[in-house]
Amino acid sequence: MVAASTLKTFSVTLRVWRQAGPAAAGAFVNYPAKDISPDMSFLEMLDVVNDELAAQGIEPIAFAHDCREGICGTCSCTINGKPHGPGKGVATCQTYMRSFSDGDTIVVEPFRARAFPVVKDLVTDRAAFDKIQQSGGFITARAGSAPDANALPIPKGDADLAMDAAQCIGCGACVAACKNASAMLFVSAKVGHLGLLPQGQAERDRRVLAMVNTMDTLGFGSCTNQYECSAACPKLISHDFIARMNRDYLTASLRSAFKPAPANTGGGAA
Amino acid sequence: MATLDSKIPSGPLAEKWRKHKTEIKLVNPANKRKYEVIVVGAGLAGSSAASSLADLGYKVKCFVFHDSPRRAHSIAAQGGINAAKNYQNDGDSVHRLFYDTLKGGDYRAREANVHRLAEVSVNIIDQCVAQGVPFAREYGGLLANRSFGGAQVSRTFYARGQTGQQLLLGAYSALSRMVGAGAVDLHTNSEMLDLVVVGGQAKGVIIRNLVTGEISRHSADAVILATGGYGNVFNLSTYARGSNATAIWRAYKRGACMANPCYTQIHPTCIPVSGDYQSKLTLMSESLRNDGRIWAPKKAGDTRAPAAIPESERDYYLERLYPSFGNLAPRDIASRAAKRICDEGRGVGSTGLGVYLDFADAIKRLGEPAVRERYGNLFDIYHEITAESAYKAPMRIYPAVHYTMGGLWVDYNLMSNIPGLFVLGEANFSDHGANRLGASALMQGLADGYFVIPYTIGDYLAGQKPGSRPAADAPEFQQAEANVRGQTTRFLATKGKQPVSHFHKKLGKIMWDRCGMARTKAGLEAALQEIPALREEFNASVNVPGSADTLNQSLEQAGRVADFLDLGELMCRDALTREESCGGHFREEHQYPDGECKRDDEKFGHVAAWEYQGEGKTPVRNTEALNYEFTKMSLRNYK
Repeated sequence: MVAASTLKTFSVTLRVWRQAGPAAAGAFVNYPAKDISPDMSFLEMLDVVNDELAAQGIEPIAFAHDCREGICGTCSCTINGKPHGPGKGVATCQTYMRSFSDGDTIVVEPFRARAFPVVKDLVTDRAAFDKIQQSGGFITARAGSAPDANALPIPKGDADLAMDAAQCIGCGACVAACKNASAMLFVSAKVGHLGLLPQGQAERDRRVLAMVNTMDTLGFGSCTNQYECSAACPKLISHDFIARMNRDYLTASLRSAFKPAPANTGGGAA
Repeated sequence: MATLDSKIPSGPLAEKWRKHKTEIKLVNPANKRKYEVIVVGAGLAGSSAASSLADLGYKVKCFVFHDSPRRAHSIAAQGGINAAKNYQNDGDSVHRLFYDTLKGGDYRAREANVHRLAEVSVNIIDQCVAQGVPFAREYGGLLANRSFGGAQVSRTFYARGQTGQQLLLGAYSALSRMVGAGAVDLHTNSEMLDLVVVGGQAKGVIIRNLVTGEISRHSADAVILATGGYGNVFNLSTYARGSNATAIWRAYKRGACMANPCYTQIHPTCIPVSGDYQSKLTLMSESLRNDGRIWAPKKAGDTRAPAAIPESERDYYLERLYPSFGNLAPRDIASRAAKRICDEGRGVGSTGLGVYLDFADAIKRLGEPAVRERYGNLFDIYHEITAESAYKAPMRIYPAVHYTMGGLWVDYNLMSNIPGLFVLGEANFSDHGANRLGASALMQGLADGYFVIPYTIGDYLAGQKPGSRPAADAPEFQQAEANVRGQTTRFLATKGKQPVSHFHKKLGKIMWDRCGMARTKAGLEAALQEIPALREEFNASVNVPGSADTLNQSLEQAGRVADFLDLGELMCRDALTREESCGGHFREEHQYPDGECKRDDEKFGHVAAWEYQGEGKTPVRNTEALNYEFTKMSLRNYK
């Protein structure tokens, strides 16, 4: 079922970040990548290089990957300084070698952010995103208690906008692209998705307060509105969601500050 | 011999599940927290099960080999999820979804399981909407539907081309809520490497932390495997690279029966292979067949560009062969038709292994913007991979391995033949027979996790004394841990010449050639010689660099490929024994003159459940008869 590609192959030099473990010092190391087909994906090129390294007795380069079709959010390299490489709106796994030329030196490094410590080589620990979700990124809906799905019509515009935000693959490119390593695009996408839907209203205030507070405690930086995040996002999620979240956060903060206190603590209606 | 009691409840088909739910045992709310349940896997089935069981009050530990539960491969399902809501008023009903699914599976699934699936399908949509899954909607605000293969109604709910992603994020959010509440103890980067059986019951697992290499033992009152399918036996497939069969295979080696392993689904619309470095085949959703027309040149060896081939010289073969279903013929049928066209020398593209999926008519009829709105993200993916625009020229597509209907044998309660071991989602064999219809995998994963296991696990746990689970230092745990450590040491000590990928590619080629879209006695017998020889070569000359106490992706792959070698052999054995054609299992010796599957209900109207007998020994083939009480096993016809 396999036939040779009709296109010409070429060679590049990889300049790859190697780091043995979280506490070890890392450094760039050069490796040749020869006879590369332009139809290879970037990760397939790494597969080929890794098999050659192993044959020479060098430990292969650890890199994160899984679905290889741009949806799981596992792959995460910064290629030539850009998270997910040169293409717009694609992940590393959807980057093809036809984007590079013979003789290029390609610099490959992990996503850099304080909240994403390096595990090994190009692999980082992005558990901080899960922690943010666990603090409030949900609508509480116990299995068995849901009303009929069409009982609550949702305007198509709202549903479509919620879907635009919901497409986030949780890869962390927004954090890696931001000079402050801010997670605002990631958090605002989730807050936007759930807050736009009528089902998400009951927990709307609680959600935005909890998620933003968790984000702050995990070591992500602040947003200074440079929008590098949305430019690097493989799903091109709009930074407008950040503005929307800021409004939500302000409203929720005010509402929580002015909530009437219960009568037994001295507040309440007369 | 294992005893295979399906435990199908008595009574009329439509009453079985309702009756069963009222008759099975319950665990009282105060006792639930005394039971600990291990869930392995966090895709649709695993996440929905872990969150639902935690919501009920059970103590849940969830293990996932990914760095986050949100990465499980359910996320890549594109097209949609079926449900018998009949929101389109087009004549759908629970019975019709049941019947379509049973017929789609070529009458090789259990009636009662499939009917239950159709019943709870309606609850799944309600549940997902309540969680905030942004399904596609009409301008009036109500939910939209589209049609999928093997059905004549529009019952598929979807979220652009990312339905699996949105459903998984829904289940992930439910799981995250329970993790945040302290009700689920989540372990990421954790791969299950053995099942622990104590006194004949599943009571724990052995886990390797993929980042630190640490091996740990975990005991529980019950173990749930929701670890997906085994299509990566073929190396090239639409599965994620990490998808593997290790959890179910190690459970098989501990005595769980493996049912119908030869039932694999080859999906008709994938992007063709381009070179031997390739690691992955990418699916183009079946939903494209709603508006795309599949064709090939009438003449063999026609190398003209598609636009230069006039209408009269094109063969829209699905429309010609299956006029009532046309381009929406079921997957197995559409895949085999594409293979026949290519075998006749009428395939397109540089390899000759491809047919066209053409949108020219749809663009003429609906306009490019409407086609872009429906399928834009799929056209984008196609462009990224091939550097071609499907708006201007037809897509080239070819079948690829996509799903496995076979899996661990389970009864109606989703419990395997090892008491206490439950298997959900693609990892079990239960609902799709010999072929799965499009948009039914998501339905089954969520049905099992949200609406079946929360009831049926109670029936088992109620019979276990609270606090009776063994300690994690019981001899069975120590033996299982030693087994895992032994394998790791062997891999690292081999220091051969070939990387793991070399063996995986070779196995994949054997499987595709011998046990792929068409199978023969001679081919399968050859595979049963080739695979053991390859395994010997693997054991003698695999090169696994690095060490055991750190992130070591070669070591992970070595374990998975070792299991694929064994499982591939069992698949060939199963395919050889099943002397009939049904659904995705096509034996060339058993076909009608027009090339359709020739079933043998008398001899093979049963489930084959293989039982491990020890290293190097031939496994025992147990059978469970498929007793059709309400439906007639008839000839499957889409003409």
